[in-house]
Amino acid sequence: MTSQVDEVLLRSLTPNVLGILVRRGASFAAAEDAVQDALAEAVRVWPAGPPRDPKGWLVTVAWRKFLDGTRADAARRRREDLAGEEPAPGPAPSADDKLQLYFLCAHPSLTPASAVALTLRAVGGLTTRQIAQAYLVPEATMAQRISRAKRTVSGERLGQPGDVGTVLRVLYLVFNEGYSGDVDLAAEAIRLTRQLAAAIDHPEVSGLLALMLLHHARRAARTGPGGRLVPLAEQDRRRWDTRLIAEGVGILQAALARERLGEFQAQAAIAALHADAPRTGETDWVQIVEWYDELTRLTGSPVVQLNRAVAVGEADGARAGLAALAGLDPALPRHAAVAAYLHERDGDLATAARLYAQAARQAPNLPERDHLTRQAARLNAHLNR
Amino acid sequence: MAKYLLLKHYRGAPAAVNDVPMDQWTPEEISAHVQYMQDFADRLEGTGEFVDSQALSPEGTFVRYDGEGRPPVTDGPFAETKDVIAGWMVIDVDSYQRALELAGELSAAPGAGGKPIHEWLELRPFLGAPPTITE
Repeated sequence: MTSQVDEVLLRSLTPNVLGILVRRGASFAAAEDAVQDALAEAVRVWPAGPPRDPKGWLVTVAWRKFLDGTRADAARRRREDLAGEEPAPGPAPSADDKLQLYFLCAHPSLTPASAVALTLRAVGGLTTRQIAQAYLVPEATMAQRISRAKRTVSGERLGQPGDVGTVLRVLYLVFNEGYSGDVDLAAEAIRLTRQLAAAIDHPEVSGLLALMLLHHARRAARTGPGGRLVPLAEQDRRRWDTRLIAEGVGILQAALARERLGEFQAQAAIAALHADAPRTGETDWVQIVEWYDELTRLTGSPVVQLNRAVAVGEADGARAGLAALAGLDPALPRHAAVAAYLHERDGDLATAARLYAQAARQAPNLPERDHLTRQAARLNAHLNR
Repeated sequence: MAKYLLLKHYRGAPAAVNDVPMDQWTPEEISAHVQYMQDFADRLEGTGEFVDSQALSPEGTFVRYDGEGRPPVTDGPFAETKDVIAGWMVIDVDSYQRALELAGELSAAPGAGGKPIHEWLELRPFLGAPPTITE
């Protein structure tokens, strides 16, 4: 029996190998194709004979694939120039190469869906098929999305400084997609964010990594039998991953100490305060409200204010929560669910039941809809008794 | 094999026998229903007859072209009288008989009081690709 290829190791080498090919003069699009071909060959041949130097092997094979591709190309003259010279042993791949790839794949000219797909392939080393499965679209559709994205950024040069904020938003999107298909996108987002944090020293990168770890720590407790959604207050906290929580809190504290607050650090701080409470009743809601105030100041987002209303309801009572809710647009996603929750806490069960039923009708996914319908049913059963 | 669409309606189908809105069931009855649906889909995956299943939001809009250079016209949200699809399951089965049998099972999903809903489901054959041999 042959051994399995260490897929995580293989994929972690992807951005380095890609960076080396681009430095040697390959275009980003051609280099990216060549690296994908090399990864596929590694999966095929490594089980029988794993190389001593996996990265060196990948670079050699990817460069050969690139030259083969160039040979097959119509542009013959350029090909002969490139094929003629044996590449100089490229400079040691620096963390900087990797960083530039993150920036390129999250380029502002790309739509969020394209940036996500390109990042997962070029930086993450996932195959088009895996990405397609994860996002529940046909493989041909995903292949087109990726090649269009590559065309869009083809004029951009590696080495231009980018905005780390755009990269973080892409990684955040990947993490939030959660889990579907064979690829665990949340785990993949964490891996890519860890890799980014190693390449760049930035408190918001740490903030996002901490946020992901703190949420990931609760994953096992978040769903019950049959994919049923378990809200934070009802989660079995013994099932939280304390190792991940400790790591997340440590990273967050180091980031906060630098006093360059951003939205991901503020979100992580809220997650950390939840993680810190051994029981729901011991949650420090007053501090959570303060963090929501910071977050509102940083983002001005009405969704943040909606979440803040829940926290205010816990800290100062349901009436205060309802007052915080009063000024917000009822068309906000989950507004009805928040209103239902606060009305129930305030003792108005009939209004709460009606709002839960309304929230269920507006729910964006099935587990949430089932959960909200169950809430409405629970109150109606109580009212009809 | 032939593909069939099992359509479930929020509105527009004849009334079910056990026609009680879900928010009037007990939470346990809701859980039992969700479990039944999940088990049904899992079983069809096991027999190689499952293709796809999706649920739709009850809120939607009708849209149509309104001429060159003009934005599309919308009509909605749906009026109370309109037929509204709740979701579907696509199955790939050996016979119409089998499709009927499965639709019947799905319609027997438990509802209020733990009793079958006897919900009306719409069963629609797909128009497939033309066969290679036609004569």
